[in-house]
Amino acid sequence: MKRWFMRVGWRHLVGLGAVAFSLFPIVFVISAALNPLGTLSSTELLPTGATFRNAAQLFEKTEFGHWYLNSIVIAGTASVASMFLSLLAAYAFSRMRFAGRRVGLLALLLIQMFPQFLLIVTIFLIFTDISDFWPSVGFNTWWGLVLLYLGGALGVNTWLMKGFLDTVPKELDESARMDGASHVQVFFRIVLPLVTPILAVVGLLAFIGTINEFLMANVFLKDPQSKTLAVGLYGLVAGERNNNFGLFCVGSLLTAIPTVALFQFLQRYIVSGLTSGAVKG
Amino acid sequence: MSKRDSGAVETRPPRPEAASTHHRRSTSSRKSPRSSVGSTIVADSSTTTLGLIVKILALSMVTAVAIWAAFPLIDAKAWGWLAGEAVIVASVFFVYLRRPLPMKYLLPGTLFLLAFQVAPVIYTVSTAFTNFGDGHRGTKQEAITSIQTGSVKQVEGSTEYTLAVATRDSGELVFLLTDPDGQAFVGDADGLRKLGGATVDGGRVTAASGYTLLKLGQLSARNQEIGDLKVPTDNGAIIASGVTQAFEAKATRHYDPACDCVIDVETGTQWVADAETGSFVDASGERLPQGWKVNVGFDNLVSVATDPHISGPFVRTLIWNLGFALASTLGTFAIGLLCALAMHSDRVRGQKIYRALLILPYAMPSFAMLLVWRDMFNADFGLINRMLSLHVDWFGGPWTARAAAIAVQLWLGFPYMFLVSTGALQAIPKEMTEASQVDGATVWQAFRQVTLPLLLVALSPLLISSFSFNFNNFNAIYLTTEGAPFPADNTSVGATDLLITYTYRLAFGGAGAEYGFAAAVSIYIFTIVAVISAISFRRTRHQEEVYS
Repeated sequence: MKRWFMRVGWRHLVGLGAVAFSLFPIVFVISAALNPLGTLSSTELLPTGATFRNAAQLFEKTEFGHWYLNSIVIAGTASVASMFLSLLAAYAFSRMRFAGRRVGLLALLLIQMFPQFLLIVTIFLIFTDISDFWPSVGFNTWWGLVLLYLGGALGVNTWLMKGFLDTVPKELDESARMDGASHVQVFFRIVLPLVTPILAVVGLLAFIGTINEFLMANVFLKDPQSKTLAVGLYGLVAGERNNNFGLFCVGSLLTAIPTVALFQFLQRYIVSGLTSGAVKG
Repeated sequence: MSKRDSGAVETRPPRPEAASTHHRRSTSSRKSPRSSVGSTIVADSSTTTLGLIVKILALSMVTAVAIWAAFPLIDAKAWGWLAGEAVIVASVFFVYLRRPLPMKYLLPGTLFLLAFQVAPVIYTVSTAFTNFGDGHRGTKQEAITSIQTGSVKQVEGSTEYTLAVATRDSGELVFLLTDPDGQAFVGDADGLRKLGGATVDGGRVTAASGYTLLKLGQLSARNQEIGDLKVPTDNGAIIASGVTQAFEAKATRHYDPACDCVIDVETGTQWVADAETGSFVDASGERLPQGWKVNVGFDNLVSVATDPHISGPFVRTLIWNLGFALASTLGTFAIGLLCALAMHSDRVRGQKIYRALLILPYAMPSFAMLLVWRDMFNADFGLINRMLSLHVDWFGGPWTARAAAIAVQLWLGFPYMFLVSTGALQAIPKEMTEASQVDGATVWQAFRQVTLPLLLVALSPLLISSFSFNFNNFNAIYLTTEGAPFPADNTSVGATDLLITYTYRLAFGGAGAEYGFAAAVSIYIFTIVAVISAISFRRTRHQEEVYS
């Protein structure tokens, strides 16, 4: 028995403890979402009743459907586009030698370390003008916010991808070039298929990052219909946190669905992608 | 290991002449095939027909978008913007029609980076040398206009207008005014103009093309805006009295260039312009709230370091900030690694279920979970107090609030560490740990001396970036404690404030925005994070050399 505990038992003990820790806030959220009273003060850890009243109210009282669509479109477009921009840059950094390469790589890391929210003042000024000139990419639009998010496309993710690309043998693209492929063909036909694991990781990280992004979106989206989930749900509990708590929890659970789905879909790539990039830093 | 070797050669900067010929030959032989292939590629890249068509299409798209984008700029005479656009388009054409090859891959991301990151950073850093903030936003002339229109009072015998409030198509609020003679005008913040083609009924404008009259409900909703709108005129300004009447009022304060001061006509008080601080000051030292933006040189940067009211809290906040970032990073790493080690065995039944459940916190939206945690720590009806039958005011005491903030971070962050530790553990060859056990090492020794060093080599870069993320983890504090608790004598910085939330309050907080000062603080934050990260990166490079 003691031997079993030393070899396997402690593993279950740690696992169960960690699962309890990771689940109890989530159970609380589910309980609040099902709570017929829908208030924070009446919510217990385990559900005391089951009702879909909160869910129904969420769609009736707020623009939740719009928020959801906005979030999916913005996070989806921004993460795919930034993944692509980042991969292009990582390809150049990994495969080509040019003046300013190391400086550029370092600069990418350093720029991201500047406190982002202070840039809001400037970005607000820039987009005030942009909204005047081209309202279709100005405030309260999908594409304006996507453009803004693309500003952060090159950064830590470029490093992750560059690290991964370094592990893809260069002989592969060289032999393809010998066979007459252009550098564009090498990129799309040889490199792109080989880097799916890191694309999965970076895509997921970018998606989670964008769907959770609050600061910029909060300044950018003021029109109730144009808000994202983060901005809209925050507004629900910013004023009346007790009464709207049930609605808020339904909203949070629904927000988790795309992430969890993407996660399950990409899971087999993720572990290998994260660490093989990390080795090279 | 060979991968890392080749990486070391590549990342080495080109040697100057002092390098030995042998060495130079070895590196150049590595590089030459690639660079020569690279240059032949440039020649043949445009030869494939499909590539050529795609390139032509893409460049035509760029041209089309550029033309579409140029019209509003020309209309608005925004020449600076137009020049910027021209530079962007020219650089796109240059890079994709000519060389250099690397730029073809770097340009798209770089353009966005320059526009939405680099340019704002440069602008923000430049405001650190000004007094930019509430009351110091625009030019001196704008401040004078604002003072004059702000001081308007109705003068006896001034013109009274009948008012109809309307909006332009853009949503901008305007006054549609009718004077006693029945002449219609349109007034906005830019001034008063005659309005043609308006339908006037009973002395009031009832319809006008290009304008939408507000209905009763809209009027009360925008009451504040209506009260704030002042239509400047030669004698003063027209302001609304209720929503149906407006009158012309005269400014009681005006600017006199002779004394470079603002004079109040009624009391005779003079406020002299002070170019040092960008404000109008009277004899007793009182300032008018409206000032203008001036350069203050290094004043902001110096006062962060020398003013005890600022540097005192700054150092205290910095220490807590470092502690928070370290505790969050190392704590999540410890829990994540422990879980990964526990699950790293084929004997554990239900391994997959464990893993799926452990990762769940990472998949939940973090902004929402931060708010949920805030409510779970609520002193009156929070879950934690109720479950444990406690009456702790978690966010009331400095140490309970700090503990709560870190606990929340542990929950949010450990699944990520679990994920990466699992991957790194799987990458370590079994032979290495087995060999150490054959040599008689205990499990603990094997972990401490073989597994952990190998893990750290792989995970250090991620730990460093996690540290720098947590150092500036705005949401973690802003959405939970909001910096509370605040000491009674200083409401500008609380016990759980990170430097970044403290700066946020300076920049946007209730006491009046001080962007210039906040930017100065952010320069310090940036320097601190950059230095710490640079040192850690150097150290991990040494580590890699030791363990590889």
